Amino acid sequence: MATETDSHGAAEAASVCVDSHGGAIGMPQLCGDWMGNQIFWLIVTLVVIFLILSRVALPRIAAILAERQGTITNDLAEAENLKARAVEAEEAYNQALADARSEALRIAAEAKAEIQGELNDAIEKADAEIGARAAESEKAIAEIRAGALESIREVATDTATEIVGALGGTADADAVTGAVQSRMKG
Amino acid sequence: MADDAHGAAAAEHAAEEGGLVFHPMDQFIVKPLFGGDTVGLFTVTNVTLWMALAVLAIFALLVMATSKRAIVPGRSQSIAELAYGFIYKMVEDVAGKDATPYFPYVMTLFMFIVCSNFLGLLPMSFTTTSHIAVTAIMAMAVFLSVTIIGFAKHGIGFLSLFWISAAPLPLRPILALIEIISYFVRPISHSIRLAGNMMAGHAVIKVFAGFAAVTLIAPVSVLAITAIYALEVLVSFIQAYVFAILTCVYLKDALHPHH
Repeated sequence: MATETDSHGAAEAASVCVDSHGGAIGMPQLCGDWMGNQIFWLIVTLVVIFLILSRVALPRIAAILAERQGTITNDLAEAENLKARAVEAEEAYNQALADARSEALRIAAEAKAEIQGELNDAIEKADAEIGARAAESEKAIAEIRAGALESIREVATDTATEIVGALGGTADADAVTGAVQSRMKG
Repeated sequence: MADDAHGAAAAEHAAEEGGLVFHPMDQFIVKPLFGGDTVGLFTVTNVTLWMALAVLAIFALLVMATSKRAIVPGRSQSIAELAYGFIYKMVEDVAGKDATPYFPYVMTLFMFIVCSNFLGLLPMSFTTTSHIAVTAIMAMAVFLSVTIIGFAKHGIGFLSLFWISAAPLPLRPILALIEIISYFVRPISHSIRLAGNMMAGHAVIKVFAGFAAVTLIAPVSVLAITAIYALEVLVSFIQAYVFAILTCVYLKDALHPHH
């Protein structure tokens, strides 16, 4: 890259490393005159940077990162906690639901049994009443039937007596009654 | 005037075009900021200016950006945290967990180099890290502190770094010689790698900028400058990264010298 200048350039140079026009002679990197200055300012710069970093910047960033890590860990723990509570709540809800369902079933069964019992009682009672009424009715019918037979016999006896009288005979009451009796039996 | 720093081909071009002027190395000249020609030890120079700007950049990036201490970081705070995490993880992974006390030193070097490199990419700027004096001091500081740490932690046992017990016994003296040479070459390669990369890239950009004066090849030249500039952006970061990771590797040798 850089070539050494001829000697007349060096002769005119403002310093050892710069020619009279302000151009570089050779590589400025190798100019010994400037190295002390560069090294001095480099050391100053590095010390300043080191102090800034070690006193302010790095502890601060470390604190920020640690705080964020802490926050994330806390948030995760809290989320875990909330999740567990949600699961718990769901379980409690399901439990309550199951309880309510079984309770409802029990109540329904009870009500059904009670109603069945009442129904059975009512049916029994009704059956008994029906039986009593039927017996009464049968009795009444039997009475009526008996009454009707007696009436028929009287009518028949009367009629027979009358018929015998009309035919010119004298009706023997006992004979007529016997005849009617024997007819009715037959 | 134009025959300061260019080869024969450039001289030919200069003769043909008349106006072609190359000063690729002028950007590296150290100048006093407030007049005067002599550069003394404490003279405020462009070196001072650009190092101070690097300090300001680091202050803005790592201190001002984190002043809100937000749990949910903004953009600038994210960059600061990213830089912190990047270097911290590098120190931890490469040099081991017991190297974390040295993390601020590595961070200082990395931040200074990366900020200086990027500031040096600004047009008309001065690249402090392109000077071997600067990088050599940093490399020597790393070399000396690593050596001192090694001896302070392990005493004479630190020398087992050079005695590779995994190798067959007859080979060990030869390997020890190679290891010792490579150990002492470390600060040289460490410093020249950074300074050379920075200087070469900037000089090449300047050379292409000189070609831009010629109308015929100006488009090619501008394209080339753009491409090399992009490459230099990459190099700026990578060289800072390489410097920091090599520091960690050397630190690892000092903390764990046994292979």
